[in-house]
Amino acid sequence: MQKYSVFSLIKNAFSNHEKWDLAWKDPTPKKEYDVVIIGGGGHGLATAYYLAKEHQITNVAVIEKGWIGGGNIGRNTTIIRSNFMYDDNARFNEFGMNLWRNMSQELNFNVMFSPRGIINLAHSDAQMNAYARRGNSMRLNGIDAVLLNREEVKKIIPMADFSDDVRYPIFGGLAQPSAGTARHDAVAWGYARQADSMGVDIIQNCEVTGFDIEAGKITGLRTSRGDIKSKKIGLCVAGSTNVLAEKLNMTLPIETHLLQACVSEPVKPVLDGVVTFGAGHFYISQSDKGEMVMGGDLDGYNSYAQKGNLPTIQHVLTGGVALFPFLSRLKMLRTWGGIMDMSMDGSPIIDKTHIDGLYLNCGWCYGGFKSVPSSGWTFAHTIAQDRVHELNEGFSLNRFSKGYLLDEKGLGTKTWIS
Amino acid sequence: MLNIKCPYCGDRSQKEFAYGGDGTITRPKLNQEISDEEWDNFVYLRKSPRGKHIELWHHIAGCRQWFKVERDTTTHEIFRTFKPEE
Repeated sequence: MQKYSVFSLIKNAFSNHEKWDLAWKDPTPKKEYDVVIIGGGGHGLATAYYLAKEHQITNVAVIEKGWIGGGNIGRNTTIIRSNFMYDDNARFNEFGMNLWRNMSQELNFNVMFSPRGIINLAHSDAQMNAYARRGNSMRLNGIDAVLLNREEVKKIIPMADFSDDVRYPIFGGLAQPSAGTARHDAVAWGYARQADSMGVDIIQNCEVTGFDIEAGKITGLRTSRGDIKSKKIGLCVAGSTNVLAEKLNMTLPIETHLLQACVSEPVKPVLDGVVTFGAGHFYISQSDKGEMVMGGDLDGYNSYAQKGNLPTIQHVLTGGVALFPFLSRLKMLRTWGGIMDMSMDGSPIIDKTHIDGLYLNCGWCYGGFKSVPSSGWTFAHTIAQDRVHELNEGFSLNRFSKGYLLDEKGLGTKTWIS
Repeated sequence: MLNIKCPYCGDRSQKEFAYGGDGTITRPKLNQEISDEEWDNFVYLRKSPRGKHIELWHHIAGCRQWFKVERDTTTHEIFRTFKPEE
């Protein structure tokens, strides 16, 4: 594999950048693989990479219906954080933070990880108390949490509405200074390129049409590009989880919903980190190009559409303008949508299933991007060792029927309001 | 924006309605022994199909009645709306 560096950049400049190697091959599917990962998004590609790197399993295929990086890995708002209260979520995502910090070097691909911090704003005394509790939980798990008062928040985001007559005054906030953003496409490409260089086949435009199961064991799968045999198959298909579950005769604690995001026209640097509104569902950051990147609520009804409706954008931006009045004068550049695998407690599932050799990675709700490295790492372990790692043992499939929910926000099973 | 026909009031904008989730789920019968599996099915497990989906909606900013909608989850086309007992 060609190493990317300033020297290779200069060298290739002499040939007008026409002689770069392909970042990954376009192989024809083989008849059999040791492991097949379904879904060429961030989680699937990271899983393939860690299977090859950590477990030396390189006879692996990643099967993708469309093109890699075309799903939620290219549609999210790139926020990376580990500000969780429950131990299982906090440890898992903090493990991921350490992988994020070295990702550009490890993958030899600039993922532009930028730890610029996140602030969750509080708008009442009760919310401040809840944040103090969450912050203490985070610190017990070794995560940096800082409780900010109103004046401290004002120093960081002076352009927010701090006037006296607002409906939801800012009381303070909970900050995680080590949180940040990264370039989402680069994460997919970086993992794909490294996995490919270690022998993983990345097979695009290949839709899974069925599974072969014999005596409770998975033996292979049928695709639009032929049958493939494999004794181990991992599902990393986010919003399409329910569709594949139907082919497997499984019913999961997952509903598929639509989430929209939007960006404004680019403006000069105004917002350093990520800010979330605490009195509505709205979050915002500024991209390196200067666009304000914003998102909030789900569209609110089951959907596979990958495009949303205007009322939700209006609702989300009403919250946005309440927090940052200057947003009302910006033009919207574009909006888009992605389909989310909403789990019944807001936490993911990384587990084995009742079918031998079939592994499940789903339920990321709308926070899957930050977990790409930790999810790939633990899912690779679960597949390679045929047992869950201690980092993902809390994300079991049977936690719902057993009553060990990880309901971080306490919202219950109405996935469309979370 | 969806245009939803409330069976009681007629065509209204989506903004007047609240979603109520999968309309095919039935609660286990009261005053009977209910297994963990039945509770699991009722509380957590959802088919969430791609295509036709029968779901509950609440005309919360209107007549406040609950009713059912048959809708396509990919195109958002609404095929019919009907009262829960129909």
